[in-house]
Amino acid sequence: MRNVSILSIIAMSPLVLWAADAVTQHDAPGTTNGNVVVALCDGKTSVEVKGLKPGETMDPPDAQRVADELMLAWTKKNPGVAWSMAPEARKDEKGKLPTPGAKTPEKTQFEAYGNYSSRDEFLWNREYEKFVAEGNRIFHDAKAFGGTVGISCDMCHPNAANTHAETYPKYQVQLQRVALLRDMINWCIENPSKGKPLHDDDTRLRAMEAYIMSQRKGVAMTPGKH
Amino acid sequence: MGYRFRSIETKWMEEREDALNELVKLPRRNFVRVATAAAGAVLAKGLLPPHSFQLIEVANAATVDTPAVKFTIAYISDTHIYTTDLNDRFVRSALKAVDDVNRLDPQPDFVLFGGDLAQLGKPAELQLGLQVLKEVKAPLKMMVGEHDWYLDMGETWKGLFGSPNYSFDHKGVHFVVLNSVIEKDFWTARKMTPEQRMQTVAGLDNSVQSRFEVGEPQRMWMQQDLAKVDRKTPIVVFSHSPLYKYYRPWNFWTEDADEVQAILKPHQTVTVIHGHTHQVLSNRIGNISFHGLLSTAWPWPYAPEGLPKLTVQMSRPNPFDMHDGVGDGRIDILTEGLVNKIYNLWDRNPVSVPASYLKSNGTKDKPAAPTFSSY
Repeated sequence: MRNVSILSIIAMSPLVLWAADAVTQHDAPGTTNGNVVVALCDGKTSVEVKGLKPGETMDPPDAQRVADELMLAWTKKNPGVAWSMAPEARKDEKGKLPTPGAKTPEKTQFEAYGNYSSRDEFLWNREYEKFVAEGNRIFHDAKAFGGTVGISCDMCHPNAANTHAETYPKYQVQLQRVALLRDMINWCIENPSKGKPLHDDDTRLRAMEAYIMSQRKGVAMTPGKH
Repeated sequence: MGYRFRSIETKWMEEREDALNELVKLPRRNFVRVATAAAGAVLAKGLLPPHSFQLIEVANAATVDTPAVKFTIAYISDTHIYTTDLNDRFVRSALKAVDDVNRLDPQPDFVLFGGDLAQLGKPAELQLGLQVLKEVKAPLKMMVGEHDWYLDMGETWKGLFGSPNYSFDHKGVHFVVLNSVIEKDFWTARKMTPEQRMQTVAGLDNSVQSRFEVGEPQRMWMQQDLAKVDRKTPIVVFSHSPLYKYYRPWNFWTEDADEVQAILKPHQTVTVIHGHTHQVLSNRIGNISFHGLLSTAWPWPYAPEGLPKLTVQMSRPNPFDMHDGVGDGRIDILTEGLVNKIYNLWDRNPVSVPASYLKSNGTKDKPAAPTFSSY
């Protein structure tokens, strides 16, 4: 019994580590003589900057030279290939992304950004919609965001109308400061709904922001508008 | 409390209050000749806070060439009362409206309550609402809204206020009061509890509930009722839902509006006064003028489409002011049977939508454009 539980912990630990650090990191190769090594975002190409030690910074002209050098190195490795992060390069003549499992075409950048299929798109969209639906639920339920007097957001803002999310950030005259949309969400939670303002990281606040933005889809961004 | 640090918000509200007070003084100087002695004396003695009610009467007398007013009705609508253990804000607003109406001099012939007395149709909410409305000095005419109805399908409401549809005559005008919040059964198939049914109807932006209708039995009753009325007699219909098709997704809508309008069409002078939309709202279809009512509880935004062309929007309400975009008002019945509609917005200048504006299809006496339009 004891052995089994130890085994399962060992088996799971890489997964746990991966989840804690979900943002993809590229490990640049080590340095031979203490110089800083700068890596390109393809995760493969790198350049050692002679004379630059860890903790030191480069002047803009030097930094530009390093960037040019990296680009040159990549171009040499990929003769005749255009530098493109966009998935456009992966679409076929009809403008469709490859189906899952299809072989990645050779003439693309193929690493982190471009390499996804229609199935990935489907899954990402589903995640987005789940988050928006959760925001929708909280928006319509005073208790869910900690309101204490039975006043939910939709009572004044059906379909998030008159939240004019596209006009934020803007100088909010009544607050006498520049406000973000989330400041106004919190203002409503605190005042008409008599709840406690939510922390910036609070999933409920993030979900409500997602719902409100989703309701303003297609409306031109006009930050600062009064 | 006086020595406490005042927040930016408090200061802002105070400045605003000062500005509004100045605003009230200004037309008084300009129109002092036409100010009624009573209103002037009341203001000078400071018996009442400077109140927008006096202002509009003065301004109207000075600027609009008004036809004679036959009689006046005041209205209070959409109070959405919660019991005070949960929330006393809406009760206080309802009481404020009652004070406004009781303060009218001369008193209105009667007061219309435009529906949605309660927020979730609970007996305790409706009984509290009844207590508040008992303070109204003038006779009261009740109308039902969906928030009063869908917990027990009107049982408590009918017990307190009687039949939801009725008609009466007053000074040569025929009044018809409807229950226009009937919805086809969406709850049985979904196995909803009465509370779930009520909560669903209470929200605007869900596609679960059915659309409002007057329904065939009530249309038949209306037809029979109007058959006895001379076609030249002015008709005023009180309905909670708008009796026209404004915006379906939010139930700013009456599904059988066309049929109801057809019943009203043979009559020369028809006005529909409706609640539910919580905003300044004007429309005219054929011979029928439509006016919305303000809520005392909260304003609704204008719908993203379908707004009648004749509507001059009220200013976008300031969320930091709970008395902005809400209020009560007056319905002045003119000798010709048409209606001047006065929206007494509590923290703004009142808005008057004269009969002549709708009758002329917007060519005459257009109300002033809003300071802040909606997005």
